[in-house]
Amino acid sequence: MYPDYMSESLQKVTQSRNKRFELAKSGKAVFPPMNAEEREDVLNKFHPDYKAESRRKIRIGPNKGELLTTEVADILESHSRITSKLFDLSTPDYETDILIIGGGGGGCAAAIIAQQMGAKSIISTKLRLGDANSMMSQGGMQAAVTPQDPPTRHYLDAIGGGHFDNKPELVRALTEDGPEVVKWLEDLGVVWDKAEDGTLQVLHGGGTSRKRMLSCRDYTGAIILRTLMDEVRNHPEEITVLEFMPIIELILDHKGQCAGGVLYNLETEEYFTVKAKATIIATGGYGRLHIRGFDTTNHYGATGDGLVMAYKAGARLLYMDSVQYHPTGSVFPEQIAGFLITEKIRGAGGQPINKYGELFVFPREPRDVESSAFIRECLERKNGIKTPSGRVGIWLDSPLIEMLQGEGYINKQFPAMHRQFIRYGIDITKEPMLVYPSLHYQNGGIEINEKTETNIRGLFVAGEASGGVHGRNRLMGNSVLDYNVFGRRAGKYATDYIKKAKIGKLTLEHVDKYEKELRDARIKTDRVAPVLLPSYTPEDVRKRQLTACYEGTLR
Amino acid sequence: MATKKTAKKKPAAPKKKKTKKGTSQELMATVFIMGKAHKVPAEATIMGAIEYAGYQLKRGAGCREGFCGACATVYRLPGDYKIYTGLACTTLVKDGMWLAQLPSFPGQKAIYDIDKIKPNVETIQMLYPEVFRCVACNTCTKSCPQDLEVMDYIQAAMRGDIATVMDLSFDCISCGMCAIRCPAEIVQYNVGLLARRLYGKYLSTKSKALEKRLGEMKRNKYAKEYKELMKTNKKDLKKKYYERDTE
Repeated sequence: MYPDYMSESLQKVTQSRNKRFELAKSGKAVFPPMNAEEREDVLNKFHPDYKAESRRKIRIGPNKGELLTTEVADILESHSRITSKLFDLSTPDYETDILIIGGGGGGCAAAIIAQQMGAKSIISTKLRLGDANSMMSQGGMQAAVTPQDPPTRHYLDAIGGGHFDNKPELVRALTEDGPEVVKWLEDLGVVWDKAEDGTLQVLHGGGTSRKRMLSCRDYTGAIILRTLMDEVRNHPEEITVLEFMPIIELILDHKGQCAGGVLYNLETEEYFTVKAKATIIATGGYGRLHIRGFDTTNHYGATGDGLVMAYKAGARLLYMDSVQYHPTGSVFPEQIAGFLITEKIRGAGGQPINKYGELFVFPREPRDVESSAFIRECLERKNGIKTPSGRVGIWLDSPLIEMLQGEGYINKQFPAMHRQFIRYGIDITKEPMLVYPSLHYQNGGIEINEKTETNIRGLFVAGEASGGVHGRNRLMGNSVLDYNVFGRRAGKYATDYIKKAKIGKLTLEHVDKYEKELRDARIKTDRVAPVLLPSYTPEDVRKRQLTACYEGTLR
Repeated sequence: MATKKTAKKKPAAPKKKKTKKGTSQELMATVFIMGKAHKVPAEATIMGAIEYAGYQLKRGAGCREGFCGACATVYRLPGDYKIYTGLACTTLVKDGMWLAQLPSFPGQKAIYDIDKIKPNVETIQMLYPEVFRCVACNTCTKSCPQDLEVMDYIQAAMRGDIATVMDLSFDCISCGMCAIRCPAEIVQYNVGLLARRLYGKYLSTKSKALEKRLGEMKRNKYAKEYKELMKTNKKDLKKKYYERDTE
């Protein structure tokens, strides 16, 4: 329930709703979309990425001298957990064709394709299989499946949304594979939202010029990923799943090819080695680094581990200066601060409204533009609503959806959102939600080509850990598509690769070399990375943990 | 507001609070985490409370937003014989609550070839015969933190009504609470998952527009247009983008 002092503002939202409904129903634009100059202006002034302290120069490694997101530069300029002399690599503990690092959507898709093509794989995952951001995507997946929406239009939307920085061959792969992915997933048993005659339900997302968002109610990620996980588990002979066993460094061979990785058992704290002919990084993003102190929509293990191990092995990163803040993270109640409120809400007609009950921005700008407009409305124009704990947000008017789409629509299409709020006495069919941008997505990552190859032979990357697909801003629904398209491609091209790959003598020398680079650059830090898990232990508890050693975010 | 550093350190603890057991006027509650008493903020979620007490979670935390089912928790309340179930990430603590998380719970999962089974009751009989041991006690439904009609979909599975199982189990997060409480030892969430896959693959009406598009893609209908787009310089591409019409 909202505190009493908000009721005046809530009333204004209610009062303006009819008028906004009439306009929305008329089919005219509910608010003028921004042109190129307006977009640039709001981004420059209000997007958190554009603040001076948000980026710093990285001093070592393949991207040396480039400006990266500060928190990313921090974890890259960190010590390894291990040194090469701790390991005898002549007798690896595990051997397989393909080592897949990460048990989310990309990793599962890669394993399934590799299995179909006859390759064996190990999926190493930090938490459980499926503990990933893929599980949490609510709103949908973009794919060009309607007659009025050729895949080339999807290409144009995606590359424009990414400020034309996307790698063209990756955007082509993303959009061209889209329809095939829809079919592949359905053949595996994904239940898409459809009309009775089989017509796929499509909605708009931010930055789309055609209705292209396919969905599974608002459990899209959960339905897709559970299907993929189930398929993975149907092949226990070919796919080995190692849970609570993250890879913490890559292993190379003497020719510089990627040849596996070092496993860490989170529970017994033992290390193991894996020798593989090819390695796929599908570790996802970094929301739990809480960049700029923001709350995040991300799952517990999203700490950018893949970036760190790949960078230490010499992989180039792309666009690691760009962070995605989802426009609609929850800010009230406090217990769900930062939680994702799906963009599908705006796709279905929900509107962002300020404290005076006014719509102040086109509801479906690309995410970075929309987020910046929310921040401007709150911080510069002071038209936000303060919460009792001192946060600020704007209204996301969901009751309007019921007027536009008919009564019962929210319960049918947004069961997760309805559940999330009714627990706290807020019925989103009758009252709006209070929102503010929340740290959501790693726009950049390890640079890949359309075969998911990196500059290290034998190292492939798929999903959020990769860079180039989305340029400097991803559109809604393109990440679910991304992990399917590039997860499948990684499985395929890694399997092709292993047919000819010859692995030489295994080595971890690059880890020692990186450590030396740190020393030579006179970088003094107590940080250890990969981070693995964030720490939410209160300061005064930490102080009493007299014999616990805290290094950076690690206990 | 969202940019304050404290937001990431103590997600469940309101900001005014500086020290853990200080004299702040904030309301506190006593919870028994695996039997041990801890004072935690009265409005914390169970997960927030566990972390506030100083535990570093390895198991028992995943998406932290109610989608992954990693944080299944059982608890009892003072003066109440009932066993309660909930997700640690979305359930608020109550004073006197006695709780434990489920780190993992074994549950049978049938191995099958999705291409070789049919969407009917025989498939259920073959893969999950224990479904027919259901005694309709409704404990599964009562234990579901998503408030799903679990028993109803198990009954539907017994009738081979795959569409109903799909519909009623759609929002299942596989937390496993139904399975640990089930006297018939059924793993409900895997039955639901099987039925959803059967429905999606065999029973949902196929989209004609999708078939048509796949045909076009096979014929490389858009190859030329792609080539041109990829060659277009940034300035012209920008123009094309900002001039495009919207559906």
